[in-house]
Amino acid sequence: MISVQNVTKKYKGTPRPALDQVSLEIEKGDFVFLVGASGSGKSSLMRLMLREDIPNSGSVHVLGENLVGLPARRVPFFRRKLGVVFQDFRLLPNKTVAQNVAFSLEVIGKSQGFIQEAVPDVLGLVGLAEKADRLPSELSGGEQQRVALARAIVNKPAILLADEPTGNLDPTTSEEIMALINSINLAGTTVVMATHDRSIVDKMQRRVVELSQGQIIRDQTSGGYGVRA
Amino acid sequence: MRFGFMFSEVSQGLRRNIAMVISIILVTFISLTFVGTASLLQLQIGQMKNYWYDKAQVAIYLCTDVSPEATCPRGEASEDVKKEVEERLDSPTLTPFIEEYYFEDHDQAYANFQEQFSGNAVAQYVRAEQLNETYWVNLFDPNQSQIITESFTGLAGVEEVRDQRSYLDQIFNILNIASLAAISIASLMLVSSVLLISTTIRLSAFSRRRELGIMRLVGASNFSIQLPFILEGVVAALIGSLLAAGAVLGLVAFFVQGFLAERLPFTSFVSISDGMLVVPLLIAAGVVLAAVASGLAIRRYLKI
Repeated sequence: MISVQNVTKKYKGTPRPALDQVSLEIEKGDFVFLVGASGSGKSSLMRLMLREDIPNSGSVHVLGENLVGLPARRVPFFRRKLGVVFQDFRLLPNKTVAQNVAFSLEVIGKSQGFIQEAVPDVLGLVGLAEKADRLPSELSGGEQQRVALARAIVNKPAILLADEPTGNLDPTTSEEIMALINSINLAGTTVVMATHDRSIVDKMQRRVVELSQGQIIRDQTSGGYGVRA
Repeated sequence: MRFGFMFSEVSQGLRRNIAMVISIILVTFISLTFVGTASLLQLQIGQMKNYWYDKAQVAIYLCTDVSPEATCPRGEASEDVKKEVEERLDSPTLTPFIEEYYFEDHDQAYANFQEQFSGNAVAQYVRAEQLNETYWVNLFDPNQSQIITESFTGLAGVEEVRDQRSYLDQIFNILNIASLAAISIASLMLVSSVLLISTTIRLSAFSRRRELGIMRLVGASNFSIQLPFILEGVVAALIGSLLAAGAVLGLVAFFVQGFLAERLPFTSFVSISDGMLVVPLLIAAGVVLAAVASGLAIRRYLKI
């Protein structure tokens, strides 16, 4: 599903590579936490999986696509098979909840009929059916992240990439969001989630990949945030 | 991407940037009006050339008593000179080129002069013998006036051989310079409209960078990301070029046909149908320039 082989990624102006000979395999249906300090390479790795960047060496295969050789014009079509959420939600402030979700379908050319069916469905799934006509500014942080999740999964992606989705949320709300992400995973979507949230990782007991200084120092099939096993 | 969605995106962009959009419209309007005027001037020159060149004659001016000493040392041209000129005009070397020729003596020249300058003070002072006796030559092909000029220049008793087209050429030169000036102003204005369009589109893209980011994230194709912005530039430029087309047609209808043609009845002027030839050119130029300018401007935002 996701296969990263011997990937090295350097950024201009920094002597130490952000990723140093990293290899990682993620199977269909996996739920993987990427943990590690800031600057350990989590975000770089996510960017490579999303084809926002290409590595200096090594290969990245996602959903059968070789992302290193993927021509730029085919990148959009690759991204349609992925869902992404971020710490800062990235909603459009002047569109309602339903419009935010519909926007992502409209720009990839989905029919009005499909949109009218899919948007209420997915909003029901994330528990926001009642708030479809609200603006993001009228919602709590947890609700905004639900909208972002709805947008990420409305097109039924095979993989959900989540970059610190609970970073801006209080513990209770974080747990609600994690429950939602977990149910998305149980429905068959592979989830890769970068996080700093120790309690969540400890509680979920799923696969944990720990990065430090651009290298994988731990890959546990079922573990906690720290090394205390 | 669906049409309705695209349309709302474009009109939103246009409304958000209304001041810049108006300036694009005005700049394209003015620059394309200049382009249109220059093209019409060229058409006008072409028409006048067709009309006048055919009528243009070659004049063989004979010496008079008042002709300058250098060219006419013997004063008034004698009957022998006239005979000599006529013999040459009738000679087998020249007849194939000459459609017809006729002689204008002092009295006819005087009559023509009085008619041409009636009301002008000069008409009172001029005397018949001051005006040249002239052989007017119509050629089959007015381009071959050189032949007549070469055969008669320097002949004793001939003051000057003059192709009337040389007078016309001066007029055409002036018109040409005018249309060149219009074209150079137009090209400067077009450069500024291109820059203006790309700045506006950049601004528009900047104010919509959140949308752009999300569009890229969810996998909108480059084409559907680009299109609203390109359309935004194209719509603004299209309005400008339609205004320019209107201005050019108005110029033809009210100034050329309404004003000039009435005052100069013997000249053929560009008509509305000539104007209609220019209109698609203006619209195409406006649209293509805007599409290219905004396409290049938005490119930076498409980097994946």
